[in-house]
Amino acid sequence: MTYWSSETPKAPSRNRFNDSFFIGYDWVLITCALLLSIIGSALVYSASKQRLFDAGINTDFYLQRHIFNIIVGIVLALIVSRFSFRTARAYAIIIYGVAVVGLMLVLVPGIGKSQGGAQAWIALPGGFTFQPSEFTKVALITLLAMVLTERRDSELVPDDRDVLFGLALAGIPALLVLLQNDFGTVMIIGATLLSVMVVAGVKLRWIYGSISAVILAGFIASKLNFIKDYQLKRLATFVDPTLDPLGAGYNTLQARIAIGSGGWFGQGLLSGPQTQGKYVPAQRTDFIFTVAGEELGFLGSTLIIFLIAMILYRLTKIAINSPDRFGRLAAAGVAGWFAVQTFENIGMNLGIMPVTGVPLPFVSYGGSSMFVSWMALGLVVAIGREIDDRVTPLIR
Amino acid sequence: MKDKSIIRLKIIRVIFFSLMITLVGRLFYLQISTGENFVKASQRNAFREIYSQPVRGLILDQVGRPVVSNKSTLIVSVNTRVLENTEDKGASVIARLAQNLNIPESDIKDRLTPCGTKGAKKPPICWSGSLFQPIPVAQNVSNTVALEIMEKRSLFPGVTAELIAIRDIPKPFGVNMAHIIGYVGPVTDIEIEKQKQVGISADDIGLQNNDSIGRSGVERFYDTWLRGKPGIKVIAVDKAANIKGVVSETESEAGKYVVLNVDAKLQSLVEEQLSAAIDRARSKNYVGEAGAAVVVDVKNGNILAMATYPSYDPRIWLGGITNEQFELLSNPKNGIPLISRATQGLFAPASIYKVITTAAAAENGFDLNGTYQCPPQLEIGNRVFRNYESKGFGAISLQRAIEVSCDTVFYDIANTLWLRDGGLSPIDNPVDAVEKMSFAFGLGSKTGIDLPEDVKGRVGGRIFKKDFWDKNHEVWCDRAENGYPEVFAKDPDRAKMLQKFATENCTEGMRFRAGDAVNSSIGQGDTVVSPLQMAMAYAAIANGGTVYEPRIVKAVMNADGSVAEKIEPKVKSVLPISSETLNYLQKSLKSTTVSGTGAPPFVGFPLSRIPVATKTGTGEVLGKQSTSWFASYAPADNPQYAIVMMVAQGGTGSGTSAPSVRRIYEELFGIRGGVIDPATSILEGGSPRTTLPTIRTDGLPDYPEIDELLNPTASSSPTVATKAGAKR
Repeated sequence: MTYWSSETPKAPSRNRFNDSFFIGYDWVLITCALLLSIIGSALVYSASKQRLFDAGINTDFYLQRHIFNIIVGIVLALIVSRFSFRTARAYAIIIYGVAVVGLMLVLVPGIGKSQGGAQAWIALPGGFTFQPSEFTKVALITLLAMVLTERRDSELVPDDRDVLFGLALAGIPALLVLLQNDFGTVMIIGATLLSVMVVAGVKLRWIYGSISAVILAGFIASKLNFIKDYQLKRLATFVDPTLDPLGAGYNTLQARIAIGSGGWFGQGLLSGPQTQGKYVPAQRTDFIFTVAGEELGFLGSTLIIFLIAMILYRLTKIAINSPDRFGRLAAAGVAGWFAVQTFENIGMNLGIMPVTGVPLPFVSYGGSSMFVSWMALGLVVAIGREIDDRVTPLIR
Repeated sequence: MKDKSIIRLKIIRVIFFSLMITLVGRLFYLQISTGENFVKASQRNAFREIYSQPVRGLILDQVGRPVVSNKSTLIVSVNTRVLENTEDKGASVIARLAQNLNIPESDIKDRLTPCGTKGAKKPPICWSGSLFQPIPVAQNVSNTVALEIMEKRSLFPGVTAELIAIRDIPKPFGVNMAHIIGYVGPVTDIEIEKQKQVGISADDIGLQNNDSIGRSGVERFYDTWLRGKPGIKVIAVDKAANIKGVVSETESEAGKYVVLNVDAKLQSLVEEQLSAAIDRARSKNYVGEAGAAVVVDVKNGNILAMATYPSYDPRIWLGGITNEQFELLSNPKNGIPLISRATQGLFAPASIYKVITTAAAAENGFDLNGTYQCPPQLEIGNRVFRNYESKGFGAISLQRAIEVSCDTVFYDIANTLWLRDGGLSPIDNPVDAVEKMSFAFGLGSKTGIDLPEDVKGRVGGRIFKKDFWDKNHEVWCDRAENGYPEVFAKDPDRAKMLQKFATENCTEGMRFRAGDAVNSSIGQGDTVVSPLQMAMAYAAIANGGTVYEPRIVKAVMNADGSVAEKIEPKVKSVLPISSETLNYLQKSLKSTTVSGTGAPPFVGFPLSRIPVATKTGTGEVLGKQSTSWFASYAPADNPQYAIVMMVAQGGTGSGTSAPSVRRIYEELFGIRGGVIDPATSILEGGSPRTTLPTIRTDGLPDYPEIDELLNPTASSSPTVATKAGAKR
């Protein structure tokens, strides 16, 4: 081998043998996401089994759909990872446009479908639904990363005009999502925007400014009754769930009972009385973490948080090492999104965040969320691959 | 070069990790530090809600006499959860209970069966409430039986006897008031389902199974006030459905009191006098099939009394009505006693309508000081229209025409107005003077009374004809073309006649003919009104031109005597007539009692001191006997009350209804054989109450005879807690 290596030039090899299909893939990142998906499948099964049984439906119904969603997600991620991440840059505007149109369609009566207080779904044939607000997250990250790096690679720091433009771009989908009564997603969009801007190196006053603006907007919205009664109620019961143990506080209280009764090792999969007794609402989607809490206990739940923390570590690592600024901002955006969405979701399960309808990435049941989580992962993996200069993406 | 973004990325990474560590920390706190409590909570792991019915509010008359109250009754309830834990699943307990209560065992079992399960009887026999709630199996249990059950607790596990409040109708002065108070009935599944779809506001618990809600009358219109708010007890139960504790408890909130404008004593007199009028009609060989009487305070539209015939005993609703009883109440053979003739009955107003025609004439160029011909008959458009009893009076004033109720004067006015509007080929924007004046008097539209029972009636005229034709001409024209084959099979002649009518209606139905105008002018033809509408119209003439919305209820009060809501008078319309016209109408109605058709029944009445304004009416109904109408108000110079009474198939206005109306005035003003003593007025204090009744500290109205009105057990504390009593 030594012989060959001394003969071979330092330049990256272009021959087929060396450019193995999987070179440059961040296997730690991918393994973490896969493990989360597997744990998620078990939890979805446990959360839905008894309910399906009682309804007289095949108890594997949701498990099968969930696994199907995971496979579709992985395939999407694989496809995305084969391209150069710069392709996303080229298509950013189109992706963004499609997402915004989707968000508008959701609001059209007859097309849009409402679930759990939020008008966020488009009904598809065959009982499938599609949630454009999930795709908005990917669309926004790519477009923001593009806007904040385009034309200014030399200057590095985006000027005020770029920032304003970025704010406007995030504002449109945020407003549309707000019209769907989906506060959780607005929060995620905000967090994503913030992460991208911070990493883009915008002046600190913009960052302080946006944080103050959000607080001010929230204050005005509550004063002008923009916030619906049920949203205020959720906030009130978030502070004290016993205020309304059967109404708005019910979720929070039942979730807390489920998680609290888990102990160190949990009651065992499929054996949590709270979960199998169907006491926690929306358990396979937004409250999936309660299943982990009750049935897998502190250790199992901490493993989930650890896996996500590991994903965040790898995402930020790729961001730091990214071959260009676009990749860095995109990877940072994905990391910000996952971090805040995880914190919000698990936080509401644990009663430290208000209840909003956001899923736990890679774990919750739900096609749209699963697809975009994996696609975003695929995008960052693609960025990571190009750190290794042996990699030849499909399109460069 | 390590640019700013990498440093910032590293800071962000630290923030992300702190978020994750926060989650782990919280997880540790919930699962490890305080986990013990949650394991207990998990074992409880379910909540059930138990609703306790609030006590329904009282309905008081204007003085504070309870018209609808509550009484206590002993009920025996069974907790099935306890029974199921006994050795034989409660069979022996039920057997013993049946023996003690002296009812069949199967009755108790039927009551305990949840609705929708196998073998369950139909509601309300089956149980539709929560299984964690004690299920009532027997009502009106005697004290001895209740005591026996409570003393031998070990023999009757899960059985309780307790006092609960149920609706009672004390009937002060024997008053009936069935159509005013209405009734309550159990809520239906459809209503609960509908409520789910519509949604309820956050602080409203909404309707529950086994709730009772108002179904008609005041009980329905003021249901939300009367009903109160149910209490909720949230209990925690484990998987085996054993009760583990009480999570929270909200006491029920008793319903509020509704204070009526109606005076029970006056109401009882009016009911009695209406029935006297019916008897009077029947003694003269009239059918006297139905009737109504309304006494209204002209100053504000408050209804002081409102009677209707046929009526029924409102106590029939207490404890649930049987199908047979309900059938009797809605059977046309009995005159459908459920219908309130005063508010829902529609009759041709006949001559009492002439004030409206007079007003329309005066406002459209007819001279109030002129003279008009009153021939015995008048030929209009090839048809002869006769005066009532074909009497002529020659050249007379409009006032005299009202006094003697001369039809031909109004025929001629109507014909003239009709011709002015272009007759059969109407001009653009015809005036339609009489029809529009009727609308202004409140006819042809709902009165706005605070009862669910309210009707529009209809005013004959060009506008009505057009509307009616628009709605029906398709059917008419279809029948004109295709005839009545289903009738033809049985009666060819009748089918041909019907087809001829249909053809006429199809082509001519929209036309407002001279004959229609003439008929309408004396309140016949297409025009139909409710007695209440006419009372409000006469009240408007009396009070200077304001048509009020009638108000049955004066105020809603809290059980502590404070006012929850005052029901204010509401103006429905103001008469578009000059004060000259109004004065003329008032003058004419006043003189009718002195020298017109209203005079005979008022012979001997001290008219010089209390002048009364009246108008008689005798409506003609095709194929039926005449309708007796009597409209009035008094004192004519400073009006306080308007009274309208009518009897369908009852003869003349002055012969049948007027004597009863006179009696009511005598009692209102305290007239005893020509002596006027306001102190003897049927209304306490001699006039309608302006103040609200006072409520004693025990929640009962401060009314002298209150304890006699309510039964002895109830009077101790009928409105207070229902949980007291035999339990202790």
